[in-house]
Amino acid sequence: MTGRYSLPDVNGRFGVFGGRYVPETLVEPLVELEEAYYRLKDDESFKRELNTLLRDYAGRPTPLYYAERLTERLGGAKIYLKREDLLFTGAHKINNAIGQALIARRMGKTRLVAETGAGQHGVATATVAARMGFKCTVYMGAEDMERQSVNVYRMRLLGAEVRRVDTGSRTLKDAINEALRDWATNVMTTHYLLGSAVGPHPYPLIVRDLQSVIGREIRQQVLEKEGRLPDMVVACVGGGSNAIGTFYPFIEDKDVRLVGVEAGGEGLGTGRHAASLVGGTPGILHGTYSYILQDENGQISTTHSISAGLDYSGVGPEHAYLKDSGRAEYVAVGDLEALDAFLKLTRVEGIMPALEPAHALAYVMKAAPTMRRDDIIVVTLSGRGDKDLGIVSKSLGEAFEQD
Amino acid sequence: MSRIEDVFRRSLASGSAVLIGYLTAGDPRQEYTVRFAETLLEGGVDILELGAPFSDPVADGVTIQASSQRALAAGTTLRDTIKLTAEIKKRHEAPIVILSYLNPIHRMEFRRFFQEAGAAGVDGVVVPDLPVEESSSFREEAQRAGVNTIFLASPTTSESRLDKILKASKGFVYLVSLLGVTGVRRDVSPEALRLLERVKARRERPYAAVGFGVSTPDHVSLLVRSGAEGVIVGSALVRIVEENLNNPEDCAERLGSLAIRLKEAARF
Repeated sequence: MTGRYSLPDVNGRFGVFGGRYVPETLVEPLVELEEAYYRLKDDESFKRELNTLLRDYAGRPTPLYYAERLTERLGGAKIYLKREDLLFTGAHKINNAIGQALIARRMGKTRLVAETGAGQHGVATATVAARMGFKCTVYMGAEDMERQSVNVYRMRLLGAEVRRVDTGSRTLKDAINEALRDWATNVMTTHYLLGSAVGPHPYPLIVRDLQSVIGREIRQQVLEKEGRLPDMVVACVGGGSNAIGTFYPFIEDKDVRLVGVEAGGEGLGTGRHAASLVGGTPGILHGTYSYILQDENGQISTTHSISAGLDYSGVGPEHAYLKDSGRAEYVAVGDLEALDAFLKLTRVEGIMPALEPAHALAYVMKAAPTMRRDDIIVVTLSGRGDKDLGIVSKSLGEAFEQD
Repeated sequence: MSRIEDVFRRSLASGSAVLIGYLTAGDPRQEYTVRFAETLLEGGVDILELGAPFSDPVADGVTIQASSQRALAAGTTLRDTIKLTAEIKKRHEAPIVILSYLNPIHRMEFRRFFQEAGAAGVDGVVVPDLPVEESSSFREEAQRAGVNTIFLASPTTSESRLDKILKASKGFVYLVSLLGVTGVRRDVSPEALRLLERVKARRERPYAAVGFGVSTPDHVSLLVRSGAEGVIVGSALVRIVEENLNNPEDCAERLGSLAIRLKEAARF
């Protein structure tokens, strides 16, 4: 890669990846969304409204926290946590939800439809719908509704209708299918507020741009604190929205290593994982050409991860491009390592991360001790762990029950 | 002139629109598909549309989703769908169109897919998640193998894109009658008639067939009176399969009798 990074191209491509593979009914609405976005993204009043809401409603900027005790414990590189877990509604998803809802409003839409895995994007969407007066329907896999029941209740309290998806693997992939079907049916009134950097063009572009506030803040904050850029930036990757938001402002800084951490589930060899980039092959899912998990006949594989937010068979096309071009590295971390990292951060720093970024932390805990003490790692803590306490208590069993 | 166009020409000359009937290959078992296809063709279906099951059929409603799941559970692949086509072609001359989502075709590689499909006698291919803009290498391979590419146009399609779609569609163009997914509906939507009118106003165009929600003889006759040259019936047939899973003989009989009534309604 040389020179300025300016992807996607006019066809919504990141190299060979990306594009727009959708039923005909959705093509024109995607074109309209693309045109609206290009019109708005440099519009002063849009930017002012977005930035005001991000600051006063969502709580930006989030701190860049030096995890001193964790750093000492690991005995290697200095570790900074980008505290997206402190954002309103508990995760980075609100950055994108606010931005897209503002676009939808300016496009004259009155209803939002969204998919959700862990429930964080559903909660973020239900929240902005309440704030801006949209009707809101959220699709959620039956399995995810069980393991993230608190978030289901939150969405309903916020006035959203949560529709249970019982097809396929009953997780995020199936929720996206249903959201796309709903959108095709109600396209005149409805904006599909897609929550990750996946899907057909222009979604990977819009979500990346809206989430890259994370990386821009990191850049500024680490320069203030350390006077230089970090050596390594790490984020977890399901669909890849917090990771692309973290990486994007560093893409042209060749000395900054970008590491995405996927869900290794029960191990890549078992087939029970969700590591599309590490263990998948190129294919088409949900409107985009990227790495996916599929069988030899091109059927989409079911996935597994302890973390509902990473439990997805595909990944954003820009990550596929960054992988193949060598600009970013992708690794997989399993369920148990993520749980260990969850517990370690909780005990050492008193910060309880969501299980999604616990995957990124698990990688950092392995990488930091192999690095020099004056090296700097920034890891994005994309959400807080409250929603996962049920899963954690089930997994860790009675070890923490007191009598 | 392709076999598909020939069927349109002859059917229209004899005073009837073309009846296109859909089945999911391998639903509920591969050995039933040939039997069901034959009853449809004998009952009056002019062109068979055979669906290759896919795990994530985003353009389909609940009926075809469930049908795809049954076919996948029976182990049906895109290759099996091609084989079933060859099997049906041994006894029937009617054109067969394969409907598949893009990923299984991509996985097989376009060239190999079209070679095998062409050799099996597949006349056309419909890919519901392949917009015309993304289709250039796909169309090249199809043309090389002599297989028609059938694109979809929808009520949301703009005039300029409609031009591209009509130009790229060989055999016929598949007009999506409504906003939404496949499935049985009560009425024909007004959007269907408006889209049909827009297409028929063009001088240079392929034959126009309307699908999505076309379920009853009344729907067929309304569409044909409004100028449809073909009608595509899917979920209504698949629903019969769904209601007779353990009873292939009854199923075949009911499929055949619906085909007869639909074809009668297709006369103008």
